[in-house]
Amino acid sequence: MSDEIFHKTISELRKMLDNHQVSPVELVKIYLNRSKNINPTINSVLTHTEDLALSSAKLAEKTINNKKSKLLTGIPSMVKDNISTSGIETTAASKILSGYIPPFDATVIKNLHQDQALICGKTNLDEFAMGSSTENSAFGSVKNPINTTKVPGGSSGGSAASVSAGQCVFALGSDTGGSIRQPASFCGITGMKPTYGLVSRFGLIAFGSSLDQIGPLAKSVKDCAIILNSISSVDKNDSTSIKRPFKDFGEKIGKSIKGLKIAIPKEYLVNGIEQGVRNAYEKSLIELERGGAILEEITLPLTDHALSVYYIIAPAEASSNLSRYDGIKYGTSVTGGKNSIEHTFLSRGFGFGDEVKRRILLGTYVLSSGYYDAYYLKAQKVRTLIRNEFNNAFKNFDAIVTPTTPNVAFNLNEKINDPFQMYLNDVCTIPVNIAGLPAISVPNGIENNLPTGLQIIGPRMGDPTVIQIAHYYEEISEWKRKIQNIIK
Amino acid sequence: MELEPIIGLEVHTQLLTKSKMFCLCDANYQIAEPNSKVCPVCMALPGSLPVINRQAIEFVIMTGLALNCSINEFTQFDRKNYAYPDLVKGYQISQYDFPVAYEGFLEIETDDQPHRIGITRAHLEEDVAKMQHNNDSTNGHTLIDLNRCGIPLMEIVSEPEISSPEQAREYLIKLQNIVRYLEVSTGDMEEGSFRCDANISLRPKGSKTLGTKVEIKNMNSFRSIHKALTFEIKRQTIAINNNEVIIQETRGWDEEKEITFSQRSKEFAHDYRYFPEPDLKPIKISKEHIENLKSSLPEMPQERRDRLIKNYNLSEYNAKLITSNKATADYFEACLTSHSSKSSQQIEIAKSIANWINTELAKLLNQTNTPIENIKISPKSLINLLNLIEKGTINSTQGKQVLEKMFDTGKSSEQIVEEENFSQISDLDSIRSIVKDIIVQHPDPVQDYANGKENAIGFLVGQVMKTSKGKADPKISKSLLIEEILSGTK
Repeated sequence: MSDEIFHKTISELRKMLDNHQVSPVELVKIYLNRSKNINPTINSVLTHTEDLALSSAKLAEKTINNKKSKLLTGIPSMVKDNISTSGIETTAASKILSGYIPPFDATVIKNLHQDQALICGKTNLDEFAMGSSTENSAFGSVKNPINTTKVPGGSSGGSAASVSAGQCVFALGSDTGGSIRQPASFCGITGMKPTYGLVSRFGLIAFGSSLDQIGPLAKSVKDCAIILNSISSVDKNDSTSIKRPFKDFGEKIGKSIKGLKIAIPKEYLVNGIEQGVRNAYEKSLIELERGGAILEEITLPLTDHALSVYYIIAPAEASSNLSRYDGIKYGTSVTGGKNSIEHTFLSRGFGFGDEVKRRILLGTYVLSSGYYDAYYLKAQKVRTLIRNEFNNAFKNFDAIVTPTTPNVAFNLNEKINDPFQMYLNDVCTIPVNIAGLPAISVPNGIENNLPTGLQIIGPRMGDPTVIQIAHYYEEISEWKRKIQNIIK
Repeated sequence: MELEPIIGLEVHTQLLTKSKMFCLCDANYQIAEPNSKVCPVCMALPGSLPVINRQAIEFVIMTGLALNCSINEFTQFDRKNYAYPDLVKGYQISQYDFPVAYEGFLEIETDDQPHRIGITRAHLEEDVAKMQHNNDSTNGHTLIDLNRCGIPLMEIVSEPEISSPEQAREYLIKLQNIVRYLEVSTGDMEEGSFRCDANISLRPKGSKTLGTKVEIKNMNSFRSIHKALTFEIKRQTIAINNNEVIIQETRGWDEEKEITFSQRSKEFAHDYRYFPEPDLKPIKISKEHIENLKSSLPEMPQERRDRLIKNYNLSEYNAKLITSNKATADYFEACLTSHSSKSSQQIEIAKSIANWINTELAKLLNQTNTPIENIKISPKSLINLLNLIEKGTINSTQGKQVLEKMFDTGKSSEQIVEEENFSQISDLDSIRSIVKDIIVQHPDPVQDYANGKENAIGFLVGQVMKTSKGKADPKISKSLLIEEILSGTK
């Protein structure tokens, strides 16, 4: 079969599977074969779950033969390795969890199994999802499949690369400050972070609990909607999970965007934005306007503070979330300590990477007595203000459109020793997590043979509108097809 | 300089919910195999999330109401961060700024003086794992049992308004009784369901400022709390009188040496880095919900005391003793229920039951350190014993002996009376022959009685009882003695 199949979307493969042009078992073997061939080059997958994928494929085959297939039946997928999979090693790309095999499935995994999607592997990431380049993985950095001297973005770099490289049809990622959208943009695919609460976090290894959200990385906007319809559920195991007030994430797909009011916040054209990214963004705005959307420039002055707020709240939560890794219960255990405290010191010292340690220190500091009011408490107050600023904007607008990142994929090792430059990469995506909003990144250009991304942000529960606009843009721009040509 | 102690108490009591605080694991963990009542949530596996047990919240509201507290209509959980192997998540989910209940009081009595002790707050948190240390020099290790992880704990903090070890004990006894009446906790100290830490400082009598406080931990009984506080008052008094500075620290209670010892000074105190638990949403408690719980609160000790006095004409003293422990009051009322008396007799039988429980039974329970819940004598069995005495089958002296045997063996009173040949001699001829012997043996008291000294008869009855080994019916003995003495003087 030609390489064509690796560019196919869920809907396209659905037809092929239901028409018996290919069986789920054949499909999964084709994908696994390709994935294993590519993986030594790009290191996007940490574990291939061949047995699980094949046994699920056989079940999917029966379902298809009984003409009972659902949209995801028999579709090969991958899952970021910070999402718990029963019986399959789940490491969050950290040495400290090396060898840890969860005895339970995350809720999103249960949902995927329910819909008979095939899970073919666990994808690489920045350790505990902390990073923007997937260079912080304890198991080696991931290369961008479009140009292997470039990073794929992060932290869901393995998921983005695996979709882009055709190792799977779609992948799940997690997004705490842009970790789905930024790598999707760098790898020329589509990635969406839904409204906080719409997808259960149960089984997602926590980084910043109030910011983390699982979402899809896929080959089309419609695929994102299909995946979200599957993984989004009210979960009694996650107290922050919410029932979605709409039936279908894709319910507005195909509807005209005529008359929709779209805000253009000037703060997102930050200093240091690459000219190519800027050009792509401005062209996208023209295309949206052509579709009948009403564009208007607005100002969101608190945007500047979002990064500071994020780098207080996320590390604070992380410092607490990561304290369970004591080298006693599971994962890496470094022996030789004189007592349990020393044992824990040794295990954590060995098990955590530099970026994780940096954030634990930051988080511990901002929560310490004497500093709490000045940092954590103030950050929470500013968080409320940022939320209000967005809410006010959404009183007048249906969506806000920005670039996903200020730059295209950068070189491996370019920013790894300069955390601040690395953090600046998420300046456009972070405010969305601070406010718990839905946002998608769709390809909107090619700059120096590297893709750029357009971010569409919606109000809380405005996920279908975000998808509607993104789908419209995808259809008229044809970037999806153009980018396929630069993927080797 | 006269010093006065200022004591505040922190009580941690496990709640009797069906499941744990944040997961569905069985909360009845005490007799389970180690590490068998666990799940990803209480084992702190990566990716697990807590879910609030609503019953636990209701139990704290109920306790708060019983302690005259205000209930927060907005309550939230916070993370208390510290590292210890028994704390599996590395943080404890607790409550910081918005406890479920706050600002209440508990009224106690010492030396017939009433005292009102303020309650600062009552909040919810989760229990930690149990550690079992093996200090073997070659093979030293510690085992961890996660069954206790996540058991709901209610923390009740008093104001520093307790001024003696006696008051502290009374406060705790009363609090224990309240949680038992509410059936929100077993209140059992030995099994660790009801634990207490004390903060204590001394200051010159009449002073308004507080001295440096010391926290005392590891006290496992009311007795040890009393002893530890008494010791600490003495220690601090000597130190202050010697112009030594009291160090703010945590001290442990050594049960064997009966001393407190320094565990951790303030410099090494934890910075708990509290912050709101992002995995749980804040809870709104409606006024309606609070009102509903208020109206469905079970009868509390004071109300029960009043009812027993009103319905059964019990003395204030008897009613207070009976209701000072829920299990005792339950036992008392179970006895009444199993007595098939007419209502006209109820007052009399109630008094008799109360007397037996408060004297003879209380003595046996105290001597053997048995809680009344574990007593082998069923309420029905006690009633049967009282019936035997009532009918005259045995006398009350024998009754006490039978009770003791019932207490030890759990056998019925009838069985003991039969096996041990306890029945009272009430046939006139047998008693009369003993009476005649006694009159011959003790001419002086006989003469005294005949001369009008009525007290003398008591001694003679006693002698009859002694000779009959307690089996003679004392009433019959008395009347026969009188009859014989009077007929002899004629």
